[in-house]
Amino acid sequence: MISVESLQFVYPNGNEALRGVDLSIQDGEFLAVMGENGAGKTTLVKTFNGLLRPTQGRILVDGVDTKKSSVAALARDVGLVFQNPDHQLFCETVRDEVAYSLRNFGYPTDVVERRVTSILEALDLTPHADSSPFMLSGGERKRVALASVLVWNPRHIVLDEPTIGQDYQQKDRLRNFIVQLNAQGKTVIMVTHDVEFVAECKPRVVLLSRGRIIADGKAGRILTDRVLVENASLLQPQISLLLSSINDLPSDIIDVYSARTMISNKIGRLGNVNAGL
Amino acid sequence: MEHLSIIEIKDLSFSYTGSVRKSLNRVNINVRKGEFVVVTGPSGCGKTTLCRCLNGLVPNFYAGDLEGEALVCGLDIRKQSTGALSQHVGFVFQNPENQLFSLTVERDVAFGPENLGLSRKEIRRRVEWALKVTGIESLRDRAPYELSGGQQQRAAIASVLAMQPEIIVLDEPTSFLDPKSSKEILQVISNLNKELGITVFLVEHRLDLATRHSNRIIILDKGAVALDGPPEDVYNEEAHLIGIGLPKVTLLFHLLRHDGIETEKIPVTVEQGAEELRRILRK
Repeated sequence: MISVESLQFVYPNGNEALRGVDLSIQDGEFLAVMGENGAGKTTLVKTFNGLLRPTQGRILVDGVDTKKSSVAALARDVGLVFQNPDHQLFCETVRDEVAYSLRNFGYPTDVVERRVTSILEALDLTPHADSSPFMLSGGERKRVALASVLVWNPRHIVLDEPTIGQDYQQKDRLRNFIVQLNAQGKTVIMVTHDVEFVAECKPRVVLLSRGRIIADGKAGRILTDRVLVENASLLQPQISLLLSSINDLPSDIIDVYSARTMISNKIGRLGNVNAGL
Repeated sequence: MEHLSIIEIKDLSFSYTGSVRKSLNRVNINVRKGEFVVVTGPSGCGKTTLCRCLNGLVPNFYAGDLEGEALVCGLDIRKQSTGALSQHVGFVFQNPENQLFSLTVERDVAFGPENLGLSRKEIRRRVEWALKVTGIESLRDRAPYELSGGQQQRAAIASVLAMQPEIIVLDEPTSFLDPKSSKEILQVISNLNKELGITVFLVEHRLDLATRHSNRIIILDKGAVALDGPPEDVYNEEAHLIGIGLPKVTLLFHLLRHDGIETEKIPVTVEQGAEELRRILRK
């Protein structure tokens, strides 16, 4: 469990990024932190693994105050994947990059080998295992960064803008992957602007604006609230915009498959909800 | 000399030195002056490499094996320096950190025009205009590195606009922006296209936001052009299978069609979708 208590954070240049945040994240929860550029989202998640220490207030990770623990110790429990993969990649090959942390933690070679192979497979990186991370596309590098953190199996996983540069199929994989992680009891916290991705995943949504939480609740409620969405510089999901422009349709539908079922039912064409394109 | 096409790419193939895969594999694209082209495709399909060809970064900076031909504003990318091409083609990168380097935003935006040897008055005019259209007048004295990702991208776009190029190439310029800012930036780009006639070559995954501004979508897959045409034609099942994130409204109507709910057209924007949906519900 991660508890954020009266958190304030001021950068050395005086920029007050967080102005009193209270938040409680249960084990195994799936949470999206959303809000405008500069709202304090990245600052908030950087306090979870101790990269940033609160100016005021405190963060408890599984009951331990982050001020009393080292980043090295916290990193085992809280895996943070940065927004910009180039801030964390440095090895010669994708395989070495992904194996780096495990070797550092002193795992035996066969365990390292097995775990690296399985995570590369899960993130569709096997064909690139022996390439240099810097020869890959932006989207591929992003997945290497993700793999290099997930491989050590942290209990809480923090993803800063995981969908940037990812195409639809990769997003689908990522979503399935997050569902799996959740099913294993892991906490997944993602910072994102991607309203369409959130509309499909439907996590709990925490809306930050100018260093404060302005809303906390179900994706279907928050992303359809025109005022909240506007205040956080987001846009409503397309499906929500579409349905809200027509009278007498349910107002909490945000994803394409629920919209299809609702419309097909409404005009008496019971669609097979499992059939994709 | 007048050219019908401002970008002419013929059978262009490229593989980076040390890589076995062909990042581009016989690409053919013609872009007319004043067009607004959206280029999209799955991760690793060659979008970024194609952009790099348009300002000569490939093959001048990124070495590799280049075959075929690419003319940009009539200039052969193999025979021109990146510097010569930069006066015609403005480039906005995926990651704004790669393109900002001055101590203030204003200095960054002024850098290009200063290097063109323009008059002080003209430099000032262009800087003011570029800051204004990107909405960052209040950030002019801030250091780029202390700005948020979205603010940095605005500064990067402003610094390119100040060059007043004939073509702007934007490689996923909204990746780091919040949705509202993304919408605004795409509107800015659209205005530049409509009002000043600047040709736009926009690489975007976010078709929900980009589609309304463009009547030509090019889908790349495995280094080649898979589909090229107006969104109404291109946003089909093949595009979905390639892994393109079709606008959700478009996807919804494809799914409804599977349920036997026929529509005259498959909508590509929310407005078109609302019209079709009203028609369906009235029946």
